[in-house]
Amino acid sequence: MNRFFSISLISLLYFAFFSVTDHSGLHIGDKAPDFSLKNIDGEYYSLKDMDEVKGYIITFTCNTCPVAVMYEDRIIDLHNKYADKGYPVIAINPNDPDVKPGDSFDEMIVRAEEKSFPFLYLFDEKQKVYPAYGATKTPHVFLLDKNLVVKYMGAIDDNSRDASAVSETYLADAIDALMKGEKPNPSSTKAVGCSIKKKA
Amino acid sequence: MFCFCLACQNETTKEHQDSNEELKSTALKIFDYDEMAPIFHQKDGKIHVINFWATWCKPCVEELPYFEKLHEHFSEDQLEVQLVSLDFPKDFDTVLKPFLEKNQLKSEVLVLDDGRANYWIDKIDPSWSGAIPASIIYKDDKREFHEKQFANFEELKILVESFLP
Repeated sequence: MNRFFSISLISLLYFAFFSVTDHSGLHIGDKAPDFSLKNIDGEYYSLKDMDEVKGYIITFTCNTCPVAVMYEDRIIDLHNKYADKGYPVIAINPNDPDVKPGDSFDEMIVRAEEKSFPFLYLFDEKQKVYPAYGATKTPHVFLLDKNLVVKYMGAIDDNSRDASAVSETYLADAIDALMKGEKPNPSSTKAVGCSIKKKA
Repeated sequence: MFCFCLACQNETTKEHQDSNEELKSTALKIFDYDEMAPIFHQKDGKIHVINFWATWCKPCVEELPYFEKLHEHFSEDQLEVQLVSLDFPKDFDTVLKPFLEKNQLKSEVLVLDDGRANYWIDKIDPSWSGAIPASIIYKDDKREFHEKQFANFEELKILVESFLP
């Protein structure tokens, strides 16, 4: 009987989990799930542990996607500009290193040192966080307010290929709007990116 | 015929000029979204398979042979395959051209050179997040969009066959 109960419970949890993740993830206005993920310093971090934060720039990114690499300097600049104002970048690598060896935890440390990342660079080792957010590619950003409510999602700006040719700084504009108590407009944008790497 | 349309649009397309005579045969066909848009809505009774890829996208390059193999199973009257490259302009001459010269693809390769991704991704398909690989299969008004890497040729072939009368 106990065994039957456990199996039912497991199926129920399984169903609950997948009925959430099968959806296309978070939408504007949804509350984002917190997580506990390992940073390149070996420590585990959760959003709730961060003090004096007004919001979070959750950025799914990786070492190996050329588009993500083109955005590294811009993500560093965003963090340097907004972390002191209460909006830190929290970078998360969602890729399975068995599929993409260049995105292993050790390689994350190497890349973070090369680029002197000033932000957390977390590893979604169990690949549970990116589907819960609905991230599909790198880079893919989710701007949350301090209550973890999604205020903006999508692209960093309108020109991945050339930082000097950017005309719309979507993410920075969204943070500025949030700081003024306004709604980001647009609240959702799209850009070309690399699919998140998982086992077939 | 679409090939013919491409030829007549030469004035508006940014056909890549190359002084090297040997490379002329592989001149890239470069378009912005508005110039390319007609290929997504041809009502000619043919099955159109359009794949978005880039040389920098490993899963894309892995599945290119599946698209190439379609030519062995379907006639030109039944099917047109077009491979839309999203390579970066800095790589056009140094990476994309050599790749195409080496691989001599049977499918037509078009280059979508348009930084306004937030504008054209939704126009191509509202369900597309922008991740590649991604593919459209359509025939007249019937249309499917797949934001994924095909596991093997059979999976792609079965999808294409579902568009046969």
